[in-house]
Amino acid sequence: MNEVILSLMTFLPLAGVLLLLFIPSGNHALLRGFTLAVTVVTFIVSIPLVTGFVTNADYQFILNIPWISAGPFKMNYHVGIDGISLWLVMLTTFIMPIAVLSTWNAVHEKVKGYMACLLLLQVGMLGAFISLDLFLFYIFWEVMLIPMYFIIGIWGGKNRIYAAVKFFIYTMVGSLLMLVAIIVLYFKGLSAGVTDFSLLNFFGMNLDPVTQTWMFLAFALAFAIKVPMFPLHTWLPDAHTEAPTAGSVILAAVLLKMGTYGFVRFAMPLFPDAVDKFTPLIATLSVIGIIYASLVAMVQEDVKKLVAYSSVAHLGIVMLGVFSLNQIGFQGGMLQMINHGVSTGALFLIVGFIYERRHTRLITDFGGLAKQMPIFATIFMIVTFSSIGLPGTNGFVGEILVLVGAFESKLRWYAVIASSGVILSAVYMLWMYQRVMFGKLDNPKNQKLEDLNGREIAIMLPLVFLIFFMGLYPAPFINKMAPALDKVIQQSSIRPAALPQTMQMMPQGAMPEAMPPTHPGMPEGNPAMPAGHPAMPTGKPAGHP
Amino acid sequence: MLDNVWLIPLFPLIGFLINGLFGKKIKNEAIIGGIGTLMIFMSFIVSCGILIQLVGLPAEQRVFEKVIFPWIHAGNFKVDMAFLVDPLSAVMIMVVTGVGSLIHLYSIGYMHGEEGFYRFFAYLNLFCMSMLLLVLGANMLVMFIGWEGVGLCSYLLIGYYFEKKSAGDAAKKAFVMNRVGDFGFLIGLFILFWWFGSNHNIWTVNFVEIKAASHLLPYGGVVTIATLCLFLGATGKSAQIPLFTWLPDAMEGPTPVSALIHAATMVTAGVYMIGRMSFVFIKAPETMLVVAVVGAATAIFAATIGTAQNDIKRVLAYSTVSQLGFMFLAMGVGAFGAGIFHLMTHAFFKACLFLGSGSVIHSMHHALHKGHLHDDAQDMRNMGGLKSAMPITFITFLVSTIAIAGIPGFSGFFSKDEILWQAFANPYHGGVNIILWGVGCLAALFTAFYMFRLVFMTFFGESRINPKVKEYLHESPLVITIPLMVLGFLAVVGGFIGMPKLMGMLPNYFEHWLDPVFELAKEYGATYAHTGAHHSHALEWGLMGFSVVVAVIGITIAFTMYMANTKLPGKFTATFPALYRAVYNKWYVDEIYDFLFVNPCKALGNLLWKGFDVVIVDGIVNGTGKLVMACAAGLKGLQSGYVHNYAMGMALGVVGILALYLFR
Repeated sequence: MNEVILSLMTFLPLAGVLLLLFIPSGNHALLRGFTLAVTVVTFIVSIPLVTGFVTNADYQFILNIPWISAGPFKMNYHVGIDGISLWLVMLTTFIMPIAVLSTWNAVHEKVKGYMACLLLLQVGMLGAFISLDLFLFYIFWEVMLIPMYFIIGIWGGKNRIYAAVKFFIYTMVGSLLMLVAIIVLYFKGLSAGVTDFSLLNFFGMNLDPVTQTWMFLAFALAFAIKVPMFPLHTWLPDAHTEAPTAGSVILAAVLLKMGTYGFVRFAMPLFPDAVDKFTPLIATLSVIGIIYASLVAMVQEDVKKLVAYSSVAHLGIVMLGVFSLNQIGFQGGMLQMINHGVSTGALFLIVGFIYERRHTRLITDFGGLAKQMPIFATIFMIVTFSSIGLPGTNGFVGEILVLVGAFESKLRWYAVIASSGVILSAVYMLWMYQRVMFGKLDNPKNQKLEDLNGREIAIMLPLVFLIFFMGLYPAPFINKMAPALDKVIQQSSIRPAALPQTMQMMPQGAMPEAMPPTHPGMPEGNPAMPAGHPAMPTGKPAGHP
Repeated sequence: MLDNVWLIPLFPLIGFLINGLFGKKIKNEAIIGGIGTLMIFMSFIVSCGILIQLVGLPAEQRVFEKVIFPWIHAGNFKVDMAFLVDPLSAVMIMVVTGVGSLIHLYSIGYMHGEEGFYRFFAYLNLFCMSMLLLVLGANMLVMFIGWEGVGLCSYLLIGYYFEKKSAGDAAKKAFVMNRVGDFGFLIGLFILFWWFGSNHNIWTVNFVEIKAASHLLPYGGVVTIATLCLFLGATGKSAQIPLFTWLPDAMEGPTPVSALIHAATMVTAGVYMIGRMSFVFIKAPETMLVVAVVGAATAIFAATIGTAQNDIKRVLAYSTVSQLGFMFLAMGVGAFGAGIFHLMTHAFFKACLFLGSGSVIHSMHHALHKGHLHDDAQDMRNMGGLKSAMPITFITFLVSTIAIAGIPGFSGFFSKDEILWQAFANPYHGGVNIILWGVGCLAALFTAFYMFRLVFMTFFGESRINPKVKEYLHESPLVITIPLMVLGFLAVVGGFIGMPKLMGMLPNYFEHWLDPVFELAKEYGATYAHTGAHHSHALEWGLMGFSVVVAVIGITIAFTMYMANTKLPGKFTATFPALYRAVYNKWYVDEIYDFLFVNPCKALGNLLWKGFDVVIVDGIVNGTGKLVMACAAGLKGLQSGYVHNYAMGMALGVVGILALYLFR
């Protein structure tokens, strides 16, 4: 049972798309209801992943089936998750029903196509998070791109074509380079005894630093565009502003995480020498991103653009944490990915609520809404403070861990500059909140606004719950991730020179049979693995058939 | 009882949840206010129990830590949700819950009929919970939850009348300025955590553990940087130079908020934090000097501004800033006990003053409202002669004023005199001591002056309110005056628990009580203290007498200007118009900050957005797109679809290749 959960979860939405074709296009209620049901069932199916997850560093729920075999090219349908992908998968399945509900009434043209796109998008996202085969990952990565392109381009705002094309081209440039890098990596691997595209083969490969540099750059560019990192971020404000609410929510909550996840899963553990070399550059860009995006967010006139820029700042924090390469910072970065999904997703929903009511997002068109919409005001405020990172909310836990972790690492000064982001985030968020919610309700168009309805409250409540739960009791998230993070940190750090060469290259099958299938319990909180067995857990995943 | 310390913040949290979630449906003010007040009062009772139990223990055993649940455990960074009870936090919870209960009670009367009554009590309870977390936190991070939590509540309560733009502005300003301080707090935390961890493999932010390891800290160096950062946090929360300008604006909030948050409790958090970490601060002599100098400078600076304000609450706000300066002066000269002592007495008399001003405003507002007048109910120029209409308010206000002015026998005298004496006689700052003491005395003179100016303008003399509504002025109801009387009583007698040894009538209970908390700091300080300077009792008596004289001079000037010869102030402002305008406009600090920080930030943001993002990055992106389009437009002519064109191309190609091959 365990090995099919992931596949079942991933392809349920695809089955949903096929069934969707048989529903009459005019029956909007059924189309919406059915799509919602599919996403809810997918979420339910994904729950055993959390309950059945064994807290260790290994990949779990593995399924490995030979797929394509063309000469030297051997690709497998190889899926599995560890503590890192677990939470991103959960975030995806959790946010999808919310996204479907968010544009319940707002999208009323070509509803069938829209719902099909959302479901296809989910297939792509889930597939990318669970792929353990490089080629399979690439396929899912591309699958994500198309539905999102249509969601922005067809159901978007006034300037949707420009935004969609910009989104497409930016992402495509990166992913083509990544494809080249994947193929080069494979050929390098072939000469070293690798037999297929399985990701696990490539960890611990002893690539020379020059190759690592080029390959890292290719991967990093693809992922940095997705994150997005300064200065590759300009597609994001346009894409966010033009996309319908569901598109923005998914884009912020999940698609951006694809970039940071790519760094964590691929770019960093595959090329440790290059990581060492480029850490200062990445950290610099992250810190610039934090300050820059905050300053730009401050002067935005459009609420949605403001939130989009705040995303850039938050993702800068994530990148800084991940690249501090210690348990604290990494943990913070990972938590911040989930936090950002929750808080910024919620912010886009909020922007959607007022846009649906007033068909404007200009801050100057609002003011004094708190009086007219008290429930909305309360939820908006909670989310705002979560985004600011107030202690007790989820945002704080991630942010403080990133900053502490970065301060512990060699990125100390970056951490100090990044910390000033705590001031700027308060400035732009509270200023926006004040101008939208406080003051006199003097615009006659705002005086008849209705407070949130049942559907809208139902969408927001789970998010509000998570904001407090993750802020007050992040232990379940942290504990399940910790061993996997230790492993990635160890893989991404330069191996000690004293180690014998043979230990560094350990393709599948070379592992001694006597090696225990699971990694002997790493004491919780131990920052680095004992230097004795650096690549050990990578060779042979637990529960391998 | 100690084991149940978690109840203390829990009660107000329950109150917050009940009123926050269901208050709108409850509607009944008595129930809402009753729940809010009862909850904080229950905390007060638990606090009393804890205090009694603590008193029963031997002095060295008065430290108790209670872990509630593990909060953040990531790598080496292990932080529990845990509470610490020791003599210092015991004092603080007594002040917070005690004064808090009275102010909750007062608010039932003061907020009567306000729209959003439930919201007010929910926020007030939430504030108390945060403040209790702040003072009970067993580690820097739990303290930080409270630290930011009180900032949030302050934001919510300053912005309570959110339809007023000035209220929204003030709320945002308070939060952002606090955030600037929080930035410092965080960096300080990072440095300490990193230093202990990387040098001694002690990974902790827990106060007890830091204290146990504090002997490892060097004097100066990294500790100076860490403590300066922490002190930046303190200046934000406690409204000291340079981050003080938010506090006077915070008076936009309802008056009970000003009393509770912006006088008695929240703004003292910075002082408390230094007290909590005294064993770290004392290891940085430079920081101690900075704390003392900033404290003294703020004390005098804010006091000068207080002399020229006409809004009754603004005078009290600047007075608070100034008094907080005194507390920091105490901390900076190593008189931690005296600082906390002043914190407590100040909580009594300043809460009483604010609530008294609220009582006055309440009555004024009521009278003006009845007469359909739109005069400013907070402007002292509209008051005068209120003592007959509001006798209880007047008496309690007067004794508190006497207390703050430093007249012997009243609480403020004991604490302030202790601070001035320590500023003069402390063994740490050498020649600077005399300046610190002198500035402190001058600030005390101004304090006596502006406070009595306020009393004279408000309660004495001719009534300046519109005569047609004068008859409506009346004393406030009991629910308002009872808290005033209790606080007024405490403002008088609260000082006796900390009488100087010199007077010899009572032992200095307060100092003995806090001794175990601060003795380690004293020990560290002794290593660099200037020994040998021994001050005689006669000198101490003499200085005490001097500070009394100073207070009396201040009162006399106020009497001369605002009672005996009321034309004098006008003459003074006419003689020194520039000086008066500068003081009246708060030395233009807000304008300077706008010019230096706010406007450049906005301009930079606009420049980066419209310059860099739109022109440069998107210019390159769109330019690339256009280039490709242009190339395609040029090349599409080649794809004509005519076979002869392609044949021609092929022939040319063949010729070209041949030519290349032949003539190479």
